[in-house]
Amino acid sequence: MTGVLLRAGHVTRRFGGFTAVDDVSMQVHPGEVVGLLGANGAGKTTLIRMLLGLIAVTSGRVDLLGGPPDRRRRRRLGYVPQGLGLYGDLTVRENLTFSAQAYGTAAPALPPALTAYADVLVRGLPLGAQRQVAFLAALGHAPEVLVLDEPTSGVDALARAALWDTIRAQAEGGAGVLVTTHYMQEAQQCDRLLLMSDGLLVAEGSEADIIGSTTAVAVRTGDWARAFAVLAAAGAPVMLAGRAIRVANADPAGLAEVLEAAGIEASLEPVPATIEERMLMLSRQAKAS
Amino acid sequence: MTYSVRSATVRFGPTVALDDVTVEVPGGSVVAVVGGDGAGKSTLLRALAGEVSLDAGTVAAPPKQRLGYLPASSGSWAALTVAQNIDFVAGIYGLAGDELAARRAELLDRAALTPAAGRLAAQLSGGMRRKLGFVMAIVHRPDLLILDEPSTGVDPVSRIDLWRLASEAAASGAAVLMSTTYLDEAERAAHLVVLDHGRVLVQGAYDRVRADFAGVITRTDQPVRAEWAWRRGRVLHEYWPGADPPAGTTAVAPDLEDIVIALSLARRDAVRS
Repeated sequence: MTGVLLRAGHVTRRFGGFTAVDDVSMQVHPGEVVGLLGANGAGKTTLIRMLLGLIAVTSGRVDLLGGPPDRRRRRRLGYVPQGLGLYGDLTVRENLTFSAQAYGTAAPALPPALTAYADVLVRGLPLGAQRQVAFLAALGHAPEVLVLDEPTSGVDALARAALWDTIRAQAEGGAGVLVTTHYMQEAQQCDRLLLMSDGLLVAEGSEADIIGSTTAVAVRTGDWARAFAVLAAAGAPVMLAGRAIRVANADPAGLAEVLEAAGIEASLEPVPATIEERMLMLSRQAKAS
Repeated sequence: MTYSVRSATVRFGPTVALDDVTVEVPGGSVVAVVGGDGAGKSTLLRALAGEVSLDAGTVAAPPKQRLGYLPASSGSWAALTVAQNIDFVAGIYGLAGDELAARRAELLDRAALTPAAGRLAAQLSGGMRRKLGFVMAIVHRPDLLILDEPSTGVDPVSRIDLWRLASEAAASGAAVLMSTTYLDEAERAAHLVVLDHGRVLVQGAYDRVRADFAGVITRTDQPVRAEWAWRRGRVLHEYWPGADPPAGTTAVAPDLEDIVIALSLARRDAVRS
């Protein structure tokens, strides 16, 4: 086994005059779970579609399992799209048999949580169970690379933990996993994060690496509603956190001035930014440039 | 003004969608309802919006024209432009002329939708469409604003915009009840309600929920009781409801995700026994 399962080298994709992915290089290694983050339109889906060999690169190079992502190599890949890719009019067992036959393997045994649903149409299952079936269908052929698009969207905390157990078990078995997510607590479950903005890979590493030196200011005041209105009117990117106000990437002295001018007493404390706030700052920078 | 549902039970055939649920939504604050698919979030919101009738319990809500409701489905007309969607809804509430033009401009600006004003709703991204739905729900400055999963599937940047819009509505006095599948979003609300299979698993201010959480959560590679453990990144967390972890284990400071999972496990255990 080589050290890299999935690699993009200086990959660019243009649609007409629009550059969806701009000179992106990234890798996924065996045993690691890599999180791909970015706002809608950042280029995540286009990058994934190139990595899977579903669309061609405009320039650069994609390697799946040591070569171009052709049919032969795609057999060794598991993919769970956001829409799950199941057939609603087939039962759980029929869906799993179908995907196993497509990959030339035997249908996987149903876990205890799904046995009661074996002969139920997928359309009628709760979302959490549907996601479990989609995972089973994608894992039946023991893929070496697993690509998951928003794998736990809409399920409850317990079902989400169960799905992450499955993801982690695959990584521990040596697979490389690439996960896109909009859920920041889920991003924290990954070993490494990639952050895309406007087609560019803008940050890479741990949560702390991504946040970098971006800070936020926590504003505490008895008159939060008025403080919120005053700061919002001054153009600050304000948010509520309980009864406190957070302002991303702000200068505390500047905020204090605005509040003082309005006669509002408040305490201001610089705090580390969240990944979301970092993404907000990046998208504002991209719009300004 | 505080709006509420009290001791609400809603049945759909044999399914109990809401089971004796009480939730209060005071003016000037954001209350977040969190839970997975089938937890009862939409039913609770629809009950408060008067869209579904109760089998038991009471609802205190303002009259329809003082209520704003963003349903879980899009909430806008695909074949109309962004501006036309706003104008249509505003017209229903009697806004016209200069007043409508000013309100439309203000809302488009706050939602960062001004550049998209002439675009068909069908051509908006998911995040922009939810923001449009939001704007349409608050065009008449409602006293009670009900938002059904405004942020599900929406990217983090648009989620921040949506949260800011909800905060602004609360800051100007509205009572805001929103549902979400994102626990980190619920942590931000003044009051959060966790629903699980139609029942309230826990509710209160996040600090209160954390302070009242009973038991201990430990971090481990090898859980002692697998049925009480769940995955957090490379390690597992394990819940000890009696606060009696064995010696040598490391306790963690639980976040909302941990608390919700622990309480869900305890509830399933209670149902079994």
